[in-house]
Amino acid sequence: MSEIISTIINGLSQGGVYALIALGYTMVYGIAKMLNFAHGDIIMVGSYAAFVVVGMMSSSPFLAIFIAVVVCTALGILVERLAYRPLRGAPSLSVLITAIGVSYLLQSLAQIIFGATPVMVPMFDFKFVDIGGISIKIQSLITLAVCAVVIVLLLFVIKKTKVGRAMVAVSEDRGAAQLMGVNVNRTIAITFAIGSALAALAGIFSLFVSPVTSPTFGALPGIKAFVAAVIGGIGSIPGAAIGGIILGVVEQFALSVPFLSPYADAIVFSILIVVLLVRPTGILGKKQREKV
Amino acid sequence: MNKTGLNKVFKNYINYLIIVAIMLVTIPLYFGGILNDSSFVTPNMLTQMAFTIILVMSLNMVVGFLGELSLGHAGFMYVGAYVGGILCCYLYKSGLVVQSTHRLIICMLIGGLAAAIFGFIIGLPALRLRGDYLAIVTLAFGEIVRGILKNTKIDPAEGPLAGLIKNPATGFSLNSSKGKFDGDLFIFAFIVAIVVLFCIQNLMKSKHGRAIQAIKDNEIAARTMGVNITYYKLITFTIAAFFAGVAGALFANYSVVSYAQFSYNYSIEILVMVVLGGMGSLTGSIISSVLLVFINTKLQAVLTGDLASLKYLVYALILIFMMILHSAPKLAGLREKLNWGYVSGKIKGIFGKKTKNVSIVETEVSSNEEN
Repeated sequence: MSEIISTIINGLSQGGVYALIALGYTMVYGIAKMLNFAHGDIIMVGSYAAFVVVGMMSSSPFLAIFIAVVVCTALGILVERLAYRPLRGAPSLSVLITAIGVSYLLQSLAQIIFGATPVMVPMFDFKFVDIGGISIKIQSLITLAVCAVVIVLLLFVIKKTKVGRAMVAVSEDRGAAQLMGVNVNRTIAITFAIGSALAALAGIFSLFVSPVTSPTFGALPGIKAFVAAVIGGIGSIPGAAIGGIILGVVEQFALSVPFLSPYADAIVFSILIVVLLVRPTGILGKKQREKV
Repeated sequence: MNKTGLNKVFKNYINYLIIVAIMLVTIPLYFGGILNDSSFVTPNMLTQMAFTIILVMSLNMVVGFLGELSLGHAGFMYVGAYVGGILCCYLYKSGLVVQSTHRLIICMLIGGLAAAIFGFIIGLPALRLRGDYLAIVTLAFGEIVRGILKNTKIDPAEGPLAGLIKNPATGFSLNSSKGKFDGDLFIFAFIVAIVVLFCIQNLMKSKHGRAIQAIKDNEIAARTMGVNITYYKLITFTIAAFFAGVAGALFANYSVVSYAQFSYNYSIEILVMVVLGGMGSLTGSIISSVLLVFINTKLQAVLTGDLASLKYLVYALILIFMMILHSAPKLAGLREKLNWGYVSGKIKGIFGKKTKNVSIVETEVSSNEEN
């Protein structure tokens, strides 16, 4: 019993990480109508930023978190400006292929600079806490708490602030929003910035679980998080959270069963295909969609 | 025959001419002993070119002609290589098919068929999904196939397949005692490439091919004109998967069939070749496959260790710049000035089939979009 509960908690915290990444996907998809394939690689850049601060300069992990977020935010804006903005209004196939190109570019750049061998990024030394006879890693609780706060904050920003309203307007109708005086380019840039900052956080939380990074660090979590965003209903913020958590819990359960564990990734991706077949718009389908 | 008629004939046969020219140059050199494993161009490189041509043309069917993005092409190839490779070994050891050419043909057909079945299965959700979702599903499919085959062990104590796959993660390879093709593989592979080219080119010129291209240009308009979207999407996926499986069976006779080989990166590599050659241009596919395989093999010898990823850096830049050049609304004027229509008439492959009219339409669309 206690094993099941600890698996669930691990799953929730892993799901929190997926949710953070999925939020970036879902916001960018909702507003720019494009699938940002390079989102996963932003996570990787964040982890290397942390590596430079903690591993090479042996500075404080808190500084590492700050630097990672700043670097990723800047990178997100830069990528949007250089690669995606010229293609605004182009066929979606072209944009998608460009995004794949950017993802590839970041990975190979990281490999040229830091090498293909995984490097250690020692963050905090986490201890276990004992709650009702079940030992839980503190980092699981921190991840979950931060994830919850971020989602509430995002919903607040989108519903109540001027920038958030602009985002909703752009996602509803880009042309009409522009006529109403919304600066579309700036709104999309801000969306990329927020998504990338969340990706940096997700990267840091992944480092809490296993303190190793490599050029392909973000590729698989990135794809899985996209799966989470699709499962939850893309464009919906609560959907991203739900999708992420479902994915995290299922994955942890698959990993904890010996004969299923080699197939954990295959199982996770099968969920996507099943969900898309049954409900192509995801769990939070169109009606309750909270489009950003 | 007037000039346009000549042009038409030339266009019909240029693709065959390229492949035949490569064969005419290399085969005499090979039998003369000049072309060998240590020469500038090796038989291995030629084999790789041949199955890459098949792969790139088949992906071009989906990306270039149908207009959907498939990121799981390496997965289909993996299925073909796995099934075809095992079958080769089985047919040889059980003594069912002694002649090695016959054996390879059977393996290619069955390997292709196995991949086609998967293509059909993956095509089913394709009917319900739009571009981006479909891309992700194909990507997921590739990972599922890899995940399953990585853990599938075929190691019976006795019988024809004894000891074939002892470690699923590192895969298996055929050798002369396991039914590997014992002739000159690259010649055979080029002949297969010609057959595949014949099939794809004629399919795309037929009524069905025009329907497929109509879906790319405008799905709703195509549906209005009575094109059965579901049917054509499914059939394009299935046929493309079949040819990828054929290429896979050839690959099983060429190198190690392993989990690492058929990764997502390999799917992207094929995609880069399609994009560089020109989406919707078979000539472009052939030229870019030959060119990139050649450059790849040469670079691999020079770039070692972490520098090897310079290759991928260049791939990434190719993808980004080709796409911006090809479809950025702001560059429509530039494209017109350069008159791609004229250029592409000359070297049709490199920039695909973008004509002047299309860019004008695009400008209008984008100005609507922005204002």
